[in-house]
Amino acid sequence: MNWKTFGALLARDAHVARRNALQLFLQTFLQPLMFVFIFGRVMVRSGYMPPQYKSLLLPGIMAISMVFTGVWAVAMPLIAEFQWTREIEDRLLAPIEISWLAVEKVIAGMIQAVVAGLVVIPLAWLLLRPGIDISVHSTPEFALMTLLVAGFSACGGLALGCSVNQQHIGLMFSMVMTPMIFFGCTYYPWSALASFPILQKIVLANPLVYASEGLRAMLAPQFPHLATGADLAALLFFDVLLLVVGLRQFAKKAIS
Amino acid sequence: MSIGIRIRDLRKTYHSAPPFAAGAGGFAPRGGKPAKQSKPQIVALDGLSLEVKSGEIFGLLGPNGAGKSTTVGVLTTRVRPDSGEVWIGDHDVWKQQVTVKRLIGVVPQRANLDFALTAREILIFHGAYFGLAAKERNQRAADLLEKFKLTDRADQMVRGFSGGMQQRLSIARAMMHDPQVLFLDEPSAGLDPQTRILLWNIIREYNQAGKTVLLTTHNMEEADALCQRLVIIDHGREIALGTPAELKAAIPGGFVLRLRFGNQTPDLLQRLQSLPGVREVKAADTTGADIYADRGGSLIPQIANLAVAVGVELHDVHISEPSLENLFLHHTGRSLRD
Repeated sequence: MNWKTFGALLARDAHVARRNALQLFLQTFLQPLMFVFIFGRVMVRSGYMPPQYKSLLLPGIMAISMVFTGVWAVAMPLIAEFQWTREIEDRLLAPIEISWLAVEKVIAGMIQAVVAGLVVIPLAWLLLRPGIDISVHSTPEFALMTLLVAGFSACGGLALGCSVNQQHIGLMFSMVMTPMIFFGCTYYPWSALASFPILQKIVLANPLVYASEGLRAMLAPQFPHLATGADLAALLFFDVLLLVVGLRQFAKKAIS
Repeated sequence: MSIGIRIRDLRKTYHSAPPFAAGAGGFAPRGGKPAKQSKPQIVALDGLSLEVKSGEIFGLLGPNGAGKSTTVGVLTTRVRPDSGEVWIGDHDVWKQQVTVKRLIGVVPQRANLDFALTAREILIFHGAYFGLAAKERNQRAADLLEKFKLTDRADQMVRGFSGGMQQRLSIARAMMHDPQVLFLDEPSAGLDPQTRILLWNIIREYNQAGKTVLLTTHNMEEADALCQRLVIIDHGREIALGTPAELKAAIPGGFVLRLRFGNQTPDLLQRLQSLPGVREVKAADTTGADIYADRGGSLIPQIANLAVAVGVELHDVHISEPSLENLFLHHTGRSLRD
């Protein structure tokens, strides 16, 4: 393992992310914050939603922002760079095993996802207050949960980015990301699906369920949620699975 | 320390369209029933063996699809061969990839610059990947930008660069970590004549510092001007190997006359063969003949008379002097540009 090269690759991604910071910011936060404003503020004040909904919504919004950021940060550059431009080749020729380049992409994506998750909390809080009841009960548990969510999003980005063709990016978002978000217990707790027993079982295959439920358990434990241990175990499982799939796809794409 | 390259019995068949880096089109499909195959099999390398001596400028010459870029891909860890061995110096490329990557610099056929960075940043980050200290990489980047006449655009994003500028920057990037072996895949494609000469001088200068250079080209002039030795390949196999002078001397007679008739008969070919100075006659299609001879223009009157005598019309004559192009034609019956 060549740490100098690894650090330089990470520095390159940080440099590019800094350069595109404003664009990344708008891309990441505009949609979730508009959602927060309409559902958490407009609908609550007009009486269509109960006031507690604000606190229920916030962990879900954090999960969406993190997953969207991680997937986007890893998948989009990979899709573009592996296809038409072949830009990634200069890094494939860097003196490091190519699987470490994939790991570097995952780490960079995780950092961006964590930043997105930690930034969206105060932004949403500002939009939703007063009457929002969230707090971190156990910082190490919260940190671990956040890291696992970030890992799932970045590893998912790696797996998707190395499997999707450039012409199918739109399809990836409408066929993968959108259903994942709507059936990911982001806007409602998993227990709310009790009256749809089959759907409630099916959504357990969706890793975002564990991200939303896990963050809900960390930030707003007053609402019903899946057991923290189950969330952590499921997220770890999906992290490893997506990383293994992603590394395999990356190697396939990288070498003809 | 300078190091060479060894290739032994290299084979590669693509089971889908070859990647862009391996060139496009012109591959020969294997087997007689391409329509029935759901996966096309494209043989890019068919048992190629080569030895490039340390410190030489070596050329791979061939038409599109000959296997040049695939060879470079295998040597630079980008294309995994089906079988065979490749060595850079004492290092097996596929067993010691990281060590090999430190020793080589690669200029791909089509520029693959990092579009998220400026020209200077591309060089500096490349230096950082190879572990150069900050001061050293800044200095080297500035020197290379100057050398390749890119200083005035150094701090602009490369997205807006012309093809020639991107190509120059690709070469500068490949030299950034001072590799022992430099691979250039069609380095002067798309360059204007002035830049081409600048590039040739830079390659020669790099080679004089004791570095090994392997370049691919389908440009005869470039191969002739730059390469100390070269191999001509077609369909992934070696056709001829030697210095440009040796290869040219191997063409029978030296001159090539490509003739086109109204129609061509065996009798005509036989009588052409008996003309004084003619070394070899090869039929080309149904109406043509390629004549390898000791002389060029002075044969024309005799050929014209002979055509009249046999009763066929002479439509077209093309005379060329000894060249690598003619050598390729002699071995394959095709022009390099076909």
